[in-house]
Amino acid sequence: MNKVVWGLVVLLIILHQDNWLWDNDTLVGGFMPVTVLWHVGISLGAAFTWFLATKFAWPVPPENVPAEEGAKS
Amino acid sequence: MTQLVIIGCYLGLLLLLGVFSSRLFRGTSKDYMLASHSIGPFLLLMSIFGTTMTAFALVGSTGEAFKEGVGVYGLLASSSGIVHSLCFFLLGIKLWTLGHKYGYTTQIQFFRDRLQSDKIGVLLFPILVGLVIPYLLIGVMSSGSVISSMTAGKPTPAGIVDGAFERGTFPDFLELGKNSEGELTFAAGSAGGFPKHLASLIVCGVVLVYVFFGGMRGTAWANAFQTIVFMILGCVTFYVIAMKLGQQSTLLESMRAATARLPKEKLIRGMVGSHEGMSKVKFFTYMLVPLSVGMFPHLFQHWLTAKNANSFKLPVIAHPIFIMIVWVPCVMVGAWASSDLFFGTLPLPLQAKLAGNANIVLPVLVKTLAGPVLGGFLTAGILAAIMSSLDSQFLCIGTMFTEDIVKHYSAKDSISDRKSIFIARWFIILIVLITYALSLLEPKSVFTLGVWCFSGFSSLFPLVFAALYWKRLTKAGGYACVIAAFGSWLYLFRDSGFAKNTDYALYIPGTEYEILPVAAMVLCSTLSMIVASLVTKPPEEEHLKRFFA
Repeated sequence: MNKVVWGLVVLLIILHQDNWLWDNDTLVGGFMPVTVLWHVGISLGAAFTWFLATKFAWPVPPENVPAEEGAKS
Repeated sequence: MTQLVIIGCYLGLLLLLGVFSSRLFRGTSKDYMLASHSIGPFLLLMSIFGTTMTAFALVGSTGEAFKEGVGVYGLLASSSGIVHSLCFFLLGIKLWTLGHKYGYTTQIQFFRDRLQSDKIGVLLFPILVGLVIPYLLIGVMSSGSVISSMTAGKPTPAGIVDGAFERGTFPDFLELGKNSEGELTFAAGSAGGFPKHLASLIVCGVVLVYVFFGGMRGTAWANAFQTIVFMILGCVTFYVIAMKLGQQSTLLESMRAATARLPKEKLIRGMVGSHEGMSKVKFFTYMLVPLSVGMFPHLFQHWLTAKNANSFKLPVIAHPIFIMIVWVPCVMVGAWASSDLFFGTLPLPLQAKLAGNANIVLPVLVKTLAGPVLGGFLTAGILAAIMSSLDSQFLCIGTMFTEDIVKHYSAKDSISDRKSIFIARWFIILIVLITYALSLLEPKSVFTLGVWCFSGFSSLFPLVFAALYWKRLTKAGGYACVIAAFGSWLYLFRDSGFAKNTDYALYIPGTEYEILPVAAMVLCSTLSMIVASLVTKPPEEEHLKRFFA
């Protein structure tokens, strides 16, 4: 699952480069430029991908990290 | 005058919040600078988001969309949604873990420890502070301009009408400004509004009060409050402006009517960047600009305030959505403002003013289309976005000076905890005064300068990434990265005419592929770091165990 999450991040970066919509001025629903709608999708996709990352690729155990003796603060 | 009263009440509320949060202050430097690692998920999300969303998010995005069209969203916002959260996830959590374990308060403490080098701090301190200062200037100057333009009167052949103040209320140096012929006039100055330099001073004073008394806890609370304010008021602004521009019975119909009046070049991504449009390669290199958050010193400090690693989960997930909520309305409204529904209806002097300075589009829209009460609230929303970044930056510079310079170079235990807070507070005052004084010089290309600062931080990103994920990074590699990043930044900055050339770009050698300067800087700093690390002796295994357990 970890690999799936990082695969999704790479996919988002590729999809962000939407060359296929470069000169497309279609209005979706009559009010939303298709380029904005596409990138709104990227934003929502990013949130979903990061949600998966917190579920399946979280890097540290959930408990508090103890401070070492002699720590600066 | 109504707007001014509402703005005054809002600033008063912030002062009260500062006083309230100072009552929660525990009296230690750890509490002053890091809120005793007590910030939970919600407050962390709001404070991090409020800090990363500067004046540029509201005022700049609207202005850019006014000039370039709706493609600005893909250029700057959706990429930030991916990259910012990536930085929180890959860097924030690890730095929080190490910071909590070894007691770091600043980035420089981490790099000194990781690279086993005292002098890396001497090299990094002026670079980090130097890159934050223009960022601060954007906030200070924008706050004054917003208050002034929102309270200013309308220019008519008979003079200024409906301004909050009569001519002569303030001294000439506050009221007069140079017009296009170079003459000092009231219309080109405050035009009946609250003088911008005085407004900037008041905003600086308010931020200073709650940072001075509340420290990081006050800053986090104020950021959360201000983030809620500017997000809600941003949505209200969108609704009001859409309804007024579209003139239809429903929001959807009004949006359709407003968007239908936009020409093709404002509806596509291909024309963003310049009159000829932007190359696809250059668009891709824009993805590197948001990497700057990985090296923002003020964000590092916010990361360390987290109560535990799990507190990062909400910010990581919600950050892209929050960016979307703020940016989509701003971009749409900015594009609509360029149509004949709004721009075409403005008096010629105002059209000329907007064409010369697109960053005043949002205040002009709000002032023209919303009533005075709503206009006042919306101004408060814009100020909220600006101040929620200023506070963290002021606190961070005060913290860095205290920890990385004063305490680091003083005899051990010679600076008491109480004295640390005292030094941080007084250095914050000094930085506020310096920033305010610089803002009086009114550097014209301050927004372009902001992009250069982001690029500078991005070029240092390889350093923090390698410090956390590459065992082979050595002291020499760290120095090479910083020197190459700063050297390439300085060279390209000079080559762009010190930000005067706003369309400045580079070309991949032997090709016609245009790229942003940041791509060259990141490449330069990364290669220098790798080569210098590989040709020098690797760090001791025992030392590395502390960071790569």
